[in-house]
Amino acid sequence: MGTMNWVGLQTLFAKEVRRFMKVAGQTITSPVITALLYLVVFQQVLADRVQVYEGVSYVAFLIPGLIMMSATQNAFANSASSLTQSKINGNLVFILLPPLSPLEIFLAFTGAAIIRAGLVALVLYATGWFFTPLPLAQPVLVLAALVLSAGCLAVMGIIAGIMADKFEHMAAFQNYLIMPLSFLSGVFYSVQDLPPFWAAASHFNPFFYMIDGLRHGFFGQSDAPAVLSLSVVGAFFVLLSAVALTLLQRGTRLRG
Amino acid sequence: MTAALQLSDVKKTYGSLQALKGVSLDIAAGDFFGLLGPNGAGKSTLIGIIAGLLRKDAGQVTVMGHDTVTDYRLARRNLGVVPQELVYDPFFTVERMLRNQAGYFGCGRESWPWIDELIVALELADKRHATLRALSGGMKRRVLIAQALVHRPPVVILDEPTAGVDVELRRTLWRFTKRLHAEGHTIVLTTHYLEEAESLCRNIAILDRGQVVARESTAELLARHPFRFLNVKTGGSVLPDSLRPLQVGGQDGNWELRLDKTRDDMGAVLDTLNTQAGGIRDVATRDARLEDVFVEMTSAGAR
Repeated sequence: MGTMNWVGLQTLFAKEVRRFMKVAGQTITSPVITALLYLVVFQQVLADRVQVYEGVSYVAFLIPGLIMMSATQNAFANSASSLTQSKINGNLVFILLPPLSPLEIFLAFTGAAIIRAGLVALVLYATGWFFTPLPLAQPVLVLAALVLSAGCLAVMGIIAGIMADKFEHMAAFQNYLIMPLSFLSGVFYSVQDLPPFWAAASHFNPFFYMIDGLRHGFFGQSDAPAVLSLSVVGAFFVLLSAVALTLLQRGTRLRG
Repeated sequence: MTAALQLSDVKKTYGSLQALKGVSLDIAAGDFFGLLGPNGAGKSTLIGIIAGLLRKDAGQVTVMGHDTVTDYRLARRNLGVVPQELVYDPFFTVERMLRNQAGYFGCGRESWPWIDELIVALELADKRHATLRALSGGMKRRVLIAQALVHRPPVVILDEPTAGVDVELRRTLWRFTKRLHAEGHTIVLTTHYLEEAESLCRNIAILDRGQVVARESTAELLARHPFRFLNVKTGGSVLPDSLRPLQVGGQDGNWELRLDKTRDDMGAVLDTLNTQAGGIRDVATRDARLEDVFVEMTSAGAR
């Protein structure tokens, strides 16, 4: 088995991917439809009134924000619901009994959640073309921003899953933390258009950097420099990972 | 010879409740061992600690010589646990569940023929592609047993495997467990069906209120109990006063008496019943069972 249980890690990762693919209608299609509804409504209402970046239509501006919002919310939901459900059903013992290390459990859950986020993003990007052309100015930056941001929320989902004893706890995380932070991060607007206080406050919201970094990847322009966005999101990922790994190492709320 | 399981001074407290008060136990490799105790004795806590599902407050546990904390990978690799609760993952088929479980233990495709064997041995062949959600309780229990064995662990713990199980499945389970034991696996069994423990287990530990109150071979444990039970039907409905201290049950001419083999004379007791209780109509005797020993040694007897 060596220092890493690679077969164990790969199996748990594959199992987590299979889990959400078995209910793809709920885990992929449904969030895409929700995002498209946002797009259709905001396009009708605001398309002619708002111009954020030079040469970029409002619909085009909106799509990366919606992609990031959907991708991150689904990354969170994937690890959080899988862990919470396993705890409630009692079948978490199947991964607690085998020789899986905290790092292996962490990597499998995070990896699978990133895959789900990536699939949601890909489908949204593809359907976005029906609304407006979406060129990729810096594909590597798009990929990096997506993976790091989805990673952050996947790890937040692990933390929530560890702490939650029932679905209500997980929903509280989602409704009182994830939703407000993602809505107030500039999905539907540029933070530069906000009053000075809220514009400044937005710069303390890590979700702002996730969306801003992704927009830079698409359009080559954004509110904050791309390097800053990636650095903030990267640091946030490291911080969250340290918390999640510590909880897994200690067995908090998992091993009584 | 390496002990299959070695526990030394294991302690665990939940709030103000001391669930395990320093449990020490050695179980030899190849043993068929019964871990008995009334509800709340600490059996499940002890199994949880051995399996790494619970953290102990103090003490040490090794599985085939591997510490369950510092060398947890090898300790867990050597251990298969059949949990008491009927837990399952609703998303997957029987075959997928078993392959997943083998994978978590680091076993790849090479374990699939063994998984096929388990499916056949536990009579799950026609349920191979059924999702767990669709299975009956008994079938789920079989899958749980197969899951515990996918990595061929030398030590297998069965935590009340026959609770709520029908006769046919119980027979299948014991036939399979005996086969595993014959193939060299160490079996540790907890059960409330003491006749099962008596007939299957070579050695037994009785746990009560977080402490080991007995740890002997099954034969020694039974021999330690010096009683013989006498069930007798008499013509009269009053038990003679001299026999009242021996009465453990019965009334109105149907009596259960407990005789101490070292002190009470069976002939004299029968004579007394014949002359002072209206004559003997029917009589049966039996030796002490594990249940009698168990009741006497645990707090269950005091309830």
